Amino acid sequence: MKKRFELNADYQPAHFEFSKNNKKLCEQLIALYPAGRQQSAVMPLLDLAQRQVGEEGAGLNPPVGGWIPRAAMDHIAEILDMPPVKVYEVATFYSMYNTAPVGKYLIQVCTTTPCWLCNSDAIVQTCKKHLGIGLGETTKNGQFTLMEVECLGACVNAPMVQINDDYYEDLTPETMQEMLDLMAENMAPRTGSQKGRRDSMALTGPTTLKDLAKKIGVA
Amino acid sequence: MLLDKDRIFTNLYGWEESTLKAAKKRGDWDKTADILKKGRDAIIDEMKASGLRGRGGAGFPTGMKWSFMPKQSDGRPHYLVVNADESEPGTCKDRDILRNEPHKLIEGCLIAGFAMGAHTAYIYVRGEFYNEGSTLWQAINEAYDSGLLGKNAAGSGWDFDIVVHRGAGAYICGEETALIESIEGKKGQPRNKPPFPAMAGLYSCPTTVNNVETIAVVPTILRRGASWFAHLGRNEKNAGTKLFCISGHVNQPCNVEEIMGIPLKELIEKHCGGVRGGWDNLLAIIPGGSSTPMIPKTVCENIHMDFDSLREVGTGLGTAGVIVMDKSTDVIQAICRLSQFYMHESCGQCTPCREGTGWVWRVMKRMVQGNASVEEIDMLFEVTKEIEGHTICALGDAAAWPVQGLIKHFRPEMERRIMEYRKAAA
Repeated sequence: MKKRFELNADYQPAHFEFSKNNKKLCEQLIALYPAGRQQSAVMPLLDLAQRQVGEEGAGLNPPVGGWIPRAAMDHIAEILDMPPVKVYEVATFYSMYNTAPVGKYLIQVCTTTPCWLCNSDAIVQTCKKHLGIGLGETTKNGQFTLMEVECLGACVNAPMVQINDDYYEDLTPETMQEMLDLMAENMAPRTGSQKGRRDSMALTGPTTLKDLAKKIGVA
Repeated sequence: MLLDKDRIFTNLYGWEESTLKAAKKRGDWDKTADILKKGRDAIIDEMKASGLRGRGGAGFPTGMKWSFMPKQSDGRPHYLVVNADESEPGTCKDRDILRNEPHKLIEGCLIAGFAMGAHTAYIYVRGEFYNEGSTLWQAINEAYDSGLLGKNAAGSGWDFDIVVHRGAGAYICGEETALIESIEGKKGQPRNKPPFPAMAGLYSCPTTVNNVETIAVVPTILRRGASWFAHLGRNEKNAGTKLFCISGHVNQPCNVEEIMGIPLKELIEKHCGGVRGGWDNLLAIIPGGSSTPMIPKTVCENIHMDFDSLREVGTGLGTAGVIVMDKSTDVIQAICRLSQFYMHESCGQCTPCREGTGWVWRVMKRMVQGNASVEEIDMLFEVTKEIEGHTICALGDAAAWPVQGLIKHFRPEMERRIMEYRKAAA
């Protein structure tokens, strides 16, 4: 599904450096852990590198989403005084680190059983058809990458997708398509339930704490 | 049935803000220092008396777990680690605590940390919960600014810090020793036990790992008293309230706090508008997240949702993530998809799991089509028995149980499909 980590691929930049702001953030992140345990900061630093690449890539033509070049891993290894291979190990073990370029909008459709029961297949089909790409592929204009992922922990709001940092829940093929149309124009759909329900509460209203709900004015 | 006055999570759905000010209005952080003044032993005794069992899946008594931490430090710091790597399919309760009730968790960390002699807590939030993690950070910063964390936290005389560590997409990091490895900046691969974390956990120091919900109910239990909590629920071993997540084929899927041991039927009818197409349209449920074996409708009729009732029928309460399947469900495909999940999430460390989960998935895919022989059902069962109990952590067991549950309850359906495939091929 995910593209493999290729150390010497053409797309690997020769150099990576954290921005001035992020350098400061690196120091703060390392300071969260006890002295001598700076290796603990490898995950936050990989995340920071991915975010920096994504922020810089958003304005490029074609745009590029967040991913972690090998040069960034080597740089992090140096900062944390770790062998580079230990950083590669971590970067390739966890599914959220993209070790190859992705589109500006990384669409991750949950298809594990609770979402599958609520017809996540139709959501995958809508994305494939509307974007004209298969799973694991990126649109030519660099706008979208489509992926299937394992349970994202929003099961009572199934089916759902994660796009970059945000969850979009209670989807139908129609709402999914509307969201894709908005993102194609770089506009942000509202996050959370697409049926307008409040978090994990039943769509028809609360079954508990009804007096409180009335007092607050939510039901 | 749980009365509103006995609910712990009154902001489960985010009707109000998650800020400190709003949390205090809900009763959080009320005289926390007085709770700590009772002393370590008294707090642990109270937790034991409350009957609280861990809410992360295994159901181990919380007070007893805390008592395993060394009474005196040998110079090594003690750590509290909170498991917010919620990734068990069917489970989405901790997310609501992180985004809507973070101060219950933060206050619980201070109390639990004090009770085990820890000055630092690490909260491991799954990476995908980016916004929830940010809400939690915000709440922690608010607590620091108000003197509720840091030096002399909440005026208790106890210094206490909390750090949020974000995961990056690995179900296995919900296993406590894999989670510890992950905080140490490594691949999340479980450790052999012993040594248990209470002896040598994070950075080889005494550590206790607790689930988010477990820690978040602690302040309320200590405020309202152990007997209040112990008298809720079905019996003293299955006490208190529990967050249930009901997903799948119900009319109104939702999260809800209910009494431990509520009848399954009541849970679904009262809070979820019933099974899609009516109760008689029910095929089976998975009661406690994907790892627990499914139970067919006949068992569902009179079952109570608690640790011991579900164990008696060969399954478990797990995380209380109830996955409901109606009669339209291809039940073999439903379990096959879980087999794929476990294959994807196997960390690759132990051979029976690494090789077995892939093998099971490939055979399950053929079972979905019926492209198999009846003897292969027995072989599939045998192989899951070879995975179960032969791995460092419980992921091997978790991969085996759903398939075993399917064979136990739906073998005739599997055989029927094999016959149909043969007929079509002939």
